[in-house]
Amino acid sequence: MTTYTTIAEDTRPLHHPKTWIGKYVWSQDHKVIAIQYSLTAVGVGLVALVLSGLMRMQLAFPGMLEFITPDAYYQFVTMHGMIMVIYLLTALLLGGFGNYMIPLMIGARDMVFPFVNMLSYWVYLLSVIVLMASFFVPGGPTGAGWTLYPPQAITEGTPGAGWGIIMMLTSLAIFIVAFTMGGLNYVTTVLQARTKGMTLMRMPCTIWGIFVATILGLLAFPALFVAAIMMTLDNTIGTSFFMPAIISNNVALDHSGGSPILFQHLFWFFGHPEVYIVALPAFGIVSDLIATHARKNIFGYRMMVWAIIIIGALSFIVWAHHMYVSGMNPYFGFFFATSTLIIAVPTAIKVYNWVLTLWRGDIHLRVPMLFAIGFIFTFIHGGLTGLFLGNVSVDVPLSDTYFVIGHFHMVMGVSPIMVVFGAIYHWYPKITGRMWDTMLGQAHFWITFLGVYAIYLPMHYLGFLGVPRRYYEMGETAFVPESVHLANVGITIAALTVGAAQLIFFYNLIYSYFKGRKADPNPWGATSLEWLTPDTPPAHGNWGPDLPKVYRWAYDYSVPGAAQDFIPQTTPPGPDETPHDH
Amino acid sequence: MRVAIVIVLLVIGSVAFHFLSPWWMTPIASNWTELDDALIITFWVCGAVFIALNLFLAYCVYKFSHREGSKATYEPENEALEGRLTFWTAIGIVIMLAPGLIAWNKYITVPDDAITVEAVGQQWQWSFRFPGEDGVLGAVATEHISPDNPFGLNPGDPWGADDILIDDGFGELHLPLDQPVKIVLRSNDVLHNFYVPQFRAKMDLVPGTFTYIWLTPTRTGEFEILCAEYCGRSHYNMRGLVVVDETPAFEEWLKEFPRFGQSDVAAAAGAP
Ligand code: HEM
Ligand SMILES: [Cu+2]
Ligand SMILES: [Cu+2]
Repeated sequence: MTTYTTIAEDTRPLHHPKTWIGKYVWSQDHKVIAIQYSLTAVGVGLVALVLSGLMRMQLAFPGMLEFITPDAYYQFVTMHGMIMVIYLLTALLLGGFGNYMIPLMIGARDMVFPFVNMLSYWVYLLSVIVLMASFFVPGGPTGAGWTLYPPQAITEGTPGAGWGIIMMLTSLAIFIVAFTMGGLNYVTTVLQARTKGMTLMRMPCTIWGIFVATILGLLAFPALFVAAIMMTLDNTIGTSFFMPAIISNNVALDHSGGSPILFQHLFWFFGHPEVYIVALPAFGIVSDLIATHARKNIFGYRMMVWAIIIIGALSFIVWAHHMYVSGMNPYFGFFFATSTLIIAVPTAIKVYNWVLTLWRGDIHLRVPMLFAIGFIFTFIHGGLTGLFLGNVSVDVPLSDTYFVIGHFHMVMGVSPIMVVFGAIYHWYPKITGRMWDTMLGQAHFWITFLGVYAIYLPMHYLGFLGVPRRYYEMGETAFVPESVHLANVGITIAALTVGAAQLIFFYNLIYSYFKGRKADPNPWGATSLEWLTPDTPPAHGNWGPDLPKVYRWAYDYSVPGAAQDFIPQTTPPGPDETPHDH
Repeated sequence: MRVAIVIVLLVIGSVAFHFLSPWWMTPIASNWTELDDALIITFWVCGAVFIALNLFLAYCVYKFSHREGSKATYEPENEALEGRLTFWTAIGIVIMLAPGLIAWNKYITVPDDAITVEAVGQQWQWSFRFPGEDGVLGAVATEHISPDNPFGLNPGDPWGADDILIDDGFGELHLPLDQPVKIVLRSNDVLHNFYVPQFRAKMDLVPGTFTYIWLTPTRTGEFEILCAEYCGRSHYNMRGLVVVDETPAFEEWLKEFPRFGQSDVAAAAGAP
């Protein structure tokens, strides 16, 4: 027998908290931390959602809501974008799903550094508090756009250029500290705490997505961190990292020699991988939703894993596709357009394999599967429009127009959120021990899915026309026909409907938590470890006295000759069975 | 069934939306048809893939939805199929990328016969400078900017004396028809972007350095300049106007504007 020396072997009892506070507040249990992360992220996400509703009101009915001044509009845009990308999606997918799923799916009792994990949440909460506090500082939050480009971000012409930007940069720096603590945990746990038999190539795609995304985050966030510090220094003690000699408000500022483009490189060296920090966990999770509910192994598992790794690696050499018209050396365009379009190949393979998993499957159209299909549709759309913007000369007319707004909302707003919803419906029975209401789940899906398409499809066409983004109002512009104002009204109605439909979701979750039918421990007949815990919801320590032992990959669905249409990962191979393995 | 129908309807709806909606590229007024062509190739390749993938998705959802007694086929992978798909995807990518890169090469290569004009951005308006007969723009620096010298021209630089300064507060620039023009871009404060939808071309103005675009106006008329890089609270109001004239009318218009050499600043510095 081989001897294992991993942390997973360590079966000493965990430290069990005795008090309510120890259990639910200063908790070191990855599941509680996951819930804390998720609730905080969703809470602050609701702020971002309300802000988007307000922006849409201004765009459809300019001037109707008097408190939406240009300053307020730009502050809303900025806070909306930053919250959605960082404080909602990154925190929810990694801090939330990562925390909950990693130990359960790899058969560990907890993260390897539970205390640091707890700290990660509290530091994250601090970053959220600092961010929210910026609504109340003199001058309000920064209105620099979520990209925070200097010199504008720290000069007087931009709302919140005093306190607001300082709060934003501080909050980001704190967030990155929190992320780093969490991220080191996730990576170490995946590498060190897998249970016996859980080889890397037996891990569910969910874990692969989260694992690679975390590595990307650990490599990318430092770029944002230094950019935030350098800009803060420019802003406070008068350095000139990003500040050339300029005038502001008719006065020459005391800066010279800095480069605004340097900031953009740092920002997008973080910002592009950030797209994949959000997308890869979603890719992984959706693969598992599709396989489970189609009762079929994920098509081309090896290819799927390698695609995640390759996309992750390539995502570090495409950043300047956000800067084709930034004034950087124009010859970079050739390189970055090529690298960007190369990424499309592994990405397309992922899409093919999702659809091919459905092909000849046994598809159960339960709510999680509906959202998975919604994801495939929206991701195909958003992925394809990305080819326009990546293809340098096609980007020229489209950059900074509503085409961009339509594209990135489809690809990194809507499609990951489809996965988030699908995943919540999928794992809710395990997390709470209750079932949600199917009718409400379906209503939530249909309104959200059709609604978002109604919001974003027209935006691409406004972009073709040339309508620029980050415009408080279009006013009278000769090339913009009257029909565009109608489109804006329609988009806003769709947006408000989608926003309101989320109440169905929250009602369903909250009502079911108290009144829902008791859930089966493995309601979908899934193979992966998280469904095989002795208790539902899983108890502290997850596995009772013995850790599970893994004998096969996570995708033995509909194996010919098997008694059921799934074989859990813990089932040893039968006498004359050779399990599919790599 | 229902899900499959909705996906098909969404595909049909998207195609119908494309053909029926009144919104498409604003009619072009410059030579940059290459950019439009690259866009249109990308559009049709991507459009075809969008339709094909989603119809296949709908087919799978329809055909393989769970029915009493149905069972999934067990097929862990199919390397030959994955190989073929990879190959055809790569071909599609090349079809889109090649015209894109060729157009980009042209986009960044200014023809020799282009005239030069400078567009200057400053929160939140546009001003312009022609180099005059010598064809050379005089040197500028932020330290020279003052109410009397809004362009920040160096009074000591002889190349600047004949520069024609257009700073009338309207942000109106005239360009001669069918004449290639290199537009040098410069900002006195923050990032801006010179964007005329009908010209397609677009580039940021970056304080501390110069950037450029070039184009040939191909029809007369008035075209709005929109700032397309967020530049603070009045970004949406940073408008200007390009008027494309026949050459004689353009030359008439240009005569109205002062030379830097005539200004008080230049006189005080004793420039020629
Ligand atoms: C119903 C949902 C949503 C609506 C109605 C909405 C609407 C908007 C609007 C109106 C803008 C500003 C457009 C402009 O003036 O340039 C915007 C910007 C943005 N949104 Fe959303 N949004 C939604 C969800 C999301 C999600 C889920 C994300 C997550 C990725 C997201 C990320 C962003 C970003 C990054 C920006 C750019 C901010 C900037 O320009 O600085 N949004 N959104
Ligand atoms: Cu990117
Ligand atoms: Cu602007």
